Amino acid sequence: MSSPSATPTKDDILCAAWSEDALTPPSRRRRTDDASTSDLQPMPTSPVTDMRSPAVQDTSLFSSPAPFSHLSDTIDMSSPLTYGTPSSRVEGTPRSGLRGTPVRQRPDLGSVRKARQVDLHSDHANGPEAPASEHSVGQKLVIWGTDVNVGTCKEKFQRFLQRFIDPSSTDDENAGLDLNEPLYMQKLEEINVVGDPVLNVNCEHLQSFDADLYRQLIAYPQEVIPTFDMAVNELFFERFPDSVIEHQIQVRPYNALKTRNMRNLNPEDIDQLITISGMVIRTSQLIPEMQEAFFRCQVCAFSTRVEVDRGRIAEPAVCRNCNTTHSMALIHNRSIFSDKQMIKLQESPEDMPAGQTPHTTVVYAHNDLVDKVQPGDRVNITGIYRAVPIRLNPRQSNVKSVYKTHIDAIHFRKTHEKRLHGLDEEAEEKLFTEERVRTLRELAAKPDVYERLSSALAPSIYEHEDIKKGILLQLFGGTRKDFSQTGRGGFRAEINILLCGDPGTSKSQLLQYVYNLVPRGQYTSGKGSSAVGLTAYVMKDPETRQLVLQTGALVLSDNGICCIDEFDKMSDSTRSVLHEVMEQQTLSIAKAGIICQLNARTSVLAAANPVESQWNPKKTTIENIQLPHTLLSRFDLIFLMLDPQDEAYDRRLAHHLVSLYYQSEEQLEEEFLDMAMLKDYVAYARSYIEPRLSEEASQALIKAYVDMRKIGSGRGMVSAYPRQLESLIRLAEAHAKVRFSDKVETIDVEEAKRLHREALKQSATDPRTGFVDISILTTGMSATARKRKEELAQALKRLIQSKGKVPTMKYQQLFDDLRAQSDVAITKDMFEEALQALTDEDYLTVTGKTVRLL
Amino acid sequence: STQFYKWLNHLMSLHVQTKPSNCSPDWETKVLEYFKEKLKDNEAASWVPSLNDVPVHYLKANSLVKFRCFIQDMFDPEFYMGVYETVDPSSKSKVLRSGKYKDVAECGHQVDLNTKNAVTLERQTFYCVPIPGESPWVKEISFSYSCSNPARVVPSTSYAPCRHKRSYEEDEDMETQPHKQKEQLAGPQGTTDIHGSGDPKRLETEAPSSLSNAASGCSSPLDLNFPLPGEKGPACLVKVYEEWELFKVNDILEVYDCFSTSLVDPMDCTESVEEQRVHCPPASLVPRLHMLYAHRLQHNNPLLPPAASEGQSSSGFLNDVVSVRGELLGYLTHVLLGDALAAEYLILHLISTVYARRDVLPLGKFTLNLSGCPHNSTYTEQLYRVIQQLIPSSFRLGMSLHNMNNLRLVPRKDYTANRLLSGVLQLAPNTSLFLDETQLEQGQLDSTGVRNITALGNLISWQKVDYDFNYHQMEFPCNINVLIASEGKSLLPCDCHVRLQPQLAPPNLEQYISTIQVSLSPSLLNKFRIYLSLLRTLDYSISEEVTKAVEDDFVEMRKDDPQSISAEDLHRLLVVARLLSLSVGHTTLSRDRWMRAKHLETLRTNRTEQQKCVNGNEP
Repeated sequence: MSSPSATPTKDDILCAAWSEDALTPPSRRRRTDDASTSDLQPMPTSPVTDMRSPAVQDTSLFSSPAPFSHLSDTIDMSSPLTYGTPSSRVEGTPRSGLRGTPVRQRPDLGSVRKARQVDLHSDHANGPEAPASEHSVGQKLVIWGTDVNVGTCKEKFQRFLQRFIDPSSTDDENAGLDLNEPLYMQKLEEINVVGDPVLNVNCEHLQSFDADLYRQLIAYPQEVIPTFDMAVNELFFERFPDSVIEHQIQVRPYNALKTRNMRNLNPEDIDQLITISGMVIRTSQLIPEMQEAFFRCQVCAFSTRVEVDRGRIAEPAVCRNCNTTHSMALIHNRSIFSDKQMIKLQESPEDMPAGQTPHTTVVYAHNDLVDKVQPGDRVNITGIYRAVPIRLNPRQSNVKSVYKTHIDAIHFRKTHEKRLHGLDEEAEEKLFTEERVRTLRELAAKPDVYERLSSALAPSIYEHEDIKKGILLQLFGGTRKDFSQTGRGGFRAEINILLCGDPGTSKSQLLQYVYNLVPRGQYTSGKGSSAVGLTAYVMKDPETRQLVLQTGALVLSDNGICCIDEFDKMSDSTRSVLHEVMEQQTLSIAKAGIICQLNARTSVLAAANPVESQWNPKKTTIENIQLPHTLLSRFDLIFLMLDPQDEAYDRRLAHHLVSLYYQSEEQLEEEFLDMAMLKDYVAYARSYIEPRLSEEASQALIKAYVDMRKIGSGRGMVSAYPRQLESLIRLAEAHAKVRFSDKVETIDVEEAKRLHREALKQSATDPRTGFVDISILTTGMSATARKRKEELAQALKRLIQSKGKVPTMKYQQLFDDLRAQSDVAITKDMFEEALQALTDEDYLTVTGKTVRLL
Repeated sequence: STQFYKWLNHLMSLHVQTKPSNCSPDWETKVLEYFKEKLKDNEAASWVPSLNDVPVHYLKANSLVKFRCFIQDMFDPEFYMGVYETVDPSSKSKVLRSGKYKDVAECGHQVDLNTKNAVTLERQTFYCVPIPGESPWVKEISFSYSCSNPARVVPSTSYAPCRHKRSYEEDEDMETQPHKQKEQLAGPQGTTDIHGSGDPKRLETEAPSSLSNAASGCSSPLDLNFPLPGEKGPACLVKVYEEWELFKVNDILEVYDCFSTSLVDPMDCTESVEEQRVHCPPASLVPRLHMLYAHRLQHNNPLLPPAASEGQSSSGFLNDVVSVRGELLGYLTHVLLGDALAAEYLILHLISTVYARRDVLPLGKFTLNLSGCPHNSTYTEQLYRVIQQLIPSSFRLGMSLHNMNNLRLVPRKDYTANRLLSGVLQLAPNTSLFLDETQLEQGQLDSTGVRNITALGNLISWQKVDYDFNYHQMEFPCNINVLIASEGKSLLPCDCHVRLQPQLAPPNLEQYISTIQVSLSPSLLNKFRIYLSLLRTLDYSISEEVTKAVEDDFVEMRKDDPQSISAEDLHRLLVVARLLSLSVGHTTLSRDRWMRAKHLETLRTNRTEQQKCVNGNEP
């Protein structure tokens, strides 16, 4: 392999290699200048032609011998400084310094290891996009097919590493670093300490520092990244000559500025550096891929190594030592393999146009990136987009006219992974254009923004203004407070709402609307869902025998809204899991050996129907919907959706409905804010606005709470509990968010009070007395009802005592006596309640139809 | 004429083979324009053989075909060699070639990709199947239309049973073959043999339907992924070259394609076996089509012009709408055992369509529940047959416990094979879904069953189906007319519930219904079909004045008894009024129609009230 003009068979091998080269798609090759490189056309020509080319010179920048570089016009891109081709890995030398540290191959960059350099000044003008600066430096050599000059590129990158400072950085990758010092030099120091030889470079930084270098990186990653590798290793070992790291540092760029949707990929992106986002749907088993084949002659035991080039091994046909033909045999366990994994990426559901199916892309992960991601992960992948022609038959040169595309991953970044620092909402922060932010801010500045937004919510549902306002506040949520340092844990920021009312009052429609509006909404029906479906369950993966935690609706709607229809139809066991979720915002699982606590910071929007087919206004809320009061007290707002039954309302309703049926869509659109705007508004407020209580607001809240307590105390009832105060605070915060205000002010408290009162008025009014009685919701019974129950029990006791010393009584007889004695109608239920109360006092027992005194 | 079709094909082959280098760049667009212009002419279009009627092995490679189909799935976009250069190994001459409308690059030449002339382009692949649930009469009529041209009819005697020997290349007289084949297959199903491998003797002796059964039985068990069980017909991979964003899953299209069958299957090791099977099935089973031109169909009724904009011819029809409606009402009344009210509601149901959506609310849907259908009889089946006769596409789903627990109603993404596994609810717009609840018996629904029932409920309430993508669900809006036949009131939600009150009890139901069907003249039947499809496309409005009247009416009714009419009732009343107006060809609501709608509703609710009194426990 030392001389290009060796035996004819040798030539054939080279030819094969070159025609392989020809199989990269044309968009890549188009950029070559026809005139100058016509001689270099990688046609099946003899290598001698290459040697004759005047444009090609020995451009090896380094004086050290390159024993395996058989074409003198190439530099080995994979080994910085060409000191160590893989076969020169010498055992036993001190493992430090540039020479001692082995090179790890980069299959992610493809195996173009030999990049020819071309003199730009030979006889042609360089490519139109080549910058003038190249000339001023005096460097004329560029890597063939590109405008990249290795020396300049290296220098520029080193300058970038040494000088780049980003004081305003909020990137969590840089947490813990001094923002006023060169960022990447600190990272190199980190590598020296930690020993993880990977340098992640944010492309955004590179772009702001040197736009031209950035352009080159995007356009020619295959050539530029190895150059970066060289640069960084030189720099690193200059600074830390004694550092021992596993292999030489690899540069991994990420966040190539245009983070793209999979749908926007097009042929122009082939062989470029791209970043796309998506969801991992499948990962393959580990595939060992041969990097370097080891051959041994069966006659003379002479051994040689052949590098794999684009999946092909040029098998030596002749032993160079003994000249025996076809004597070289592949020795598998001395060949070098690298890890490879196929990953299927599907575009995120949010990015998809309606009515189309999602696209998928194949991603190959190499070496340490294998098994970095799991199915279901949302990731941003930076890598090189590849297109490979499909051969119809490996023995023919015919190709199918279609290319296979894939991405060689260079960098993964999980988008929904909990980052080390800061709240994880940042990760899902939606990016807004400045223009959009301006329109949103303008909207927020309007005095009636609250009314506007609430009327934009579900316009097809008529009126129910307060309910819509409540739901609007739920969409925004309160401010998250963390008291975990003081041991109190976090306070719930989410607002829970229950809607109850007659069937057919468009409750379900409202739920559907909310579910469609929020990005992480879940919709379940109490009838169909089990506790398992709501929480999480453990499943054994049939292939790997691994236990996998499958999450249910509540966990999936973390940071979103979980809409539960037919709340009353839910089984008790299902409902019981909601207790923890609705107050602690976590979900504990202890199943099949998996014990964990998952975050379920979800707001619950539930709808319940009355137990009887119609809402009975003579009964309390609890009696009407038959839900445990422990659960009800966890709802911040409970609304009744009832038919108001008044003429003016009827007329407006009729008008609304009729117009719904004949106005065209466009006409209606004009009247309201569109759904997309509302979505953005909510998303913006949720991620950027964190209102805090102002002094006046705190005072107002205290006053409101004290007032609420006072109302009840006059009649011996408790009308407010600390939970109500917390609700008020959340509502006030949410209202401040609606206004894009960083401070909760008195007006927010006023609205919170009003809404809370409205909801209470509807749901906690004692139908017997007409007063608002919070104990209906907190204990399930109004204070007056409780009082009456006690009175009846006492009356019954007196009745029994008046009968003298009889050990047993007939049940029916006693009931009739009590009825005769009482001046109010006594139902059988009431009688039994009284009996029960006396039983609890251990005064009597009831067995069948007889009552026995104790 | 045959000449024209021949000429088109010639042009096609020219188009496919010519080197774009020696033509002006807009040459291609000009040719496409010309094609489209020609194809607008119905006469010309009818000359193009349709894949719906003609078996795949009768078509010549690179010829022009059309296909009336339904987009079942969309595959990932692919990059292909738009323009490439070939080198003749002997003469070393270079030729530029176009990769458009082809699967494989030119054989026998060295392909050179390293020229500045080479261009990589992008195209999209749709997986298309025939329209699910298409009624036999639609197939028959569109088939006979394409046969009706006298010039194309070739005596069937000239036909020689040597099909199996024919290869695509040798078939020089191909353009005369399709209709010969048609005569062979002109059975009521109009089914087509999807394999070319059948035994020729059997082909000659057996009925066409059993033929395709036999053929599919012996072939490899490749699941062609039809949404409905028991469907037949060719499934195609349609390559789309432009504006693929305009198409959506579940659209129905008529595509004009360049038909291609590459005999070679690509070698590809990156995909799993399952995926390869699905994405590169043998071309003999799933032919490749290269789309030249397509239009989205608003309906698949062959008796109507394809687009509503061409409604001039139908305006004449509107004049005798009232008489057709009368006839139809009479016919349906007979079918519904003399129940005129139920027949009235059935007409309203059959012309209903989702015409708009207000946020999540679909407007215009009218799900009908016909209760009181006799249990343990074939009546529901008979009823479905009658409806199938009238509607271009429909499907009857027997809601037996077994079906509910085992059928896949909701399409699901299969990540192993990377395709969307179809489900029964993946239907084209305006398909009628006939749910037969009389087949439901007592028993245990398992989790699949619960999910299926929920899916049906969602479909009826919101006109959407949540496709299962394993990690998430995706909502696909749909427009499916659901008719539920049940004994008591259905367990599914519905817009309108009509209790069937048979006026007569024929001793032999089956015979009774078939007598009615036979006595219906074909021309009248066709009128019914036009009537039902046409009225769906009409626009509708309500004048200010009538709006006012409706409001007053509502307020008045509520004043007397607030329980008598709720917002939901008003919703339904408005839909009934709309459909009632449309059913007589009126595009605005009049006071009379409003009163008539109210009257109908009163009749209907009285009937359910009565039933409540009789049964006592029916909700």
